[in-house]
Amino acid sequence: MTRADAVARVAAALGRDALAVACNGMIGRELFTRADAPTRFYMIGSMGLAASIGLGLALVRPSRTIVVFDGDGNVLMNLGAIANVAAAGAPNFHHVVFDNAAHGSTGDQRTISDRVRLEDVARAAGYRRCARVSTPEALDEALAGWFEAPGPSMLLVAVDRGNLPGIGRVELSPAEIAARFRAVCTSS
Amino acid sequence: MGRQFLDLLERHGYDFFTGVPCSLFAGVTRLLDDDARYGYVSAVREDSAIGLAAGAYLGGRQPVVLMQNSGLGVSVNAIVSLNQIYDIPLLVVVTWRGQDGRDAPEHLVMGRVMEPFLRLLDVPFEVFDPASIDAQLASLTATMRQTRRPVALVVPKGVLER
Repeated sequence: MTRADAVARVAAALGRDALAVACNGMIGRELFTRADAPTRFYMIGSMGLAASIGLGLALVRPSRTIVVFDGDGNVLMNLGAIANVAAAGAPNFHHVVFDNAAHGSTGDQRTISDRVRLEDVARAAGYRRCARVSTPEALDEALAGWFEAPGPSMLLVAVDRGNLPGIGRVELSPAEIAARFRAVCTSS
Repeated sequence: MGRQFLDLLERHGYDFFTGVPCSLFAGVTRLLDDDARYGYVSAVREDSAIGLAAGAYLGGRQPVVLMQNSGLGVSVNAIVSLNQIYDIPLLVVVTWRGQDGRDAPEHLVMGRVMEPFLRLLDVPFEVFDPASIDAQLASLTATMRQTRRPVALVVPKGVLER
């Protein structure tokens, strides 16, 4: 499964009011290209902090569903964030990790997630639900009701390396992304 | 002073607290830890705390991150590639270990370079003065709101331990 396809499938499974925080690199660019909406926050820097940003948001907006679109490189860069998420135990926090065991934006250099299973790390830390899927069918099956059940959850989606042509950069300025997102986060 | 300081922070509009402890503001962290009303999040790292604070800001809060100055190094990328480009305001309360060259060896270099380091990062700051802390917070908060960028309150030894 390509990562762009997996990102689009997860985006399609989000409720209209769900709030998504996408990590920097190709994952955010794919989400922007395939399914942009004001309910998405795209990181373009600060690698490793997507889960922390999502957790801060989940804690102050407990009635909203928060979904973090993350990558293996990002999770590994700040692995301690998994402990913060587990300790906080926010039921509205959901972590979706697109894992290609590589740094896709810089040329597919290997990470170490082929040897360290991130959903096992999350389970051991105390996430309520963790699963790994690697086919489109299994992903769609897992997504049915996934974000309605209590978190913190981690859905690890094993994806192919490589980047699809036609994936652009996020065209909004960072300040525009933040202002737009904050408006929808605080609207209800 | 810890209680008065927290009350002042709340009066100046701050309503989300996270960070990593330092002995120089141990009194403040104890109050934050002991009262669930603050919702204090004990972060694993200082840049994680800045990420948590950014998420809270996007959700409508005005956050404070507390840290030792050893955490400034860890925080650089979050400050410059998150807050400063996304216009995410933040008050960083950062201690001044190593001030005047008198401290444990691991604090001496950061203690010496902290002021030029904050200037280099374009983070406006004030050094905590108990006699004028209300005015200092008013000034820092006004700058933070106007610029939508991080500002720092530097806490020397002897003001917030208890």
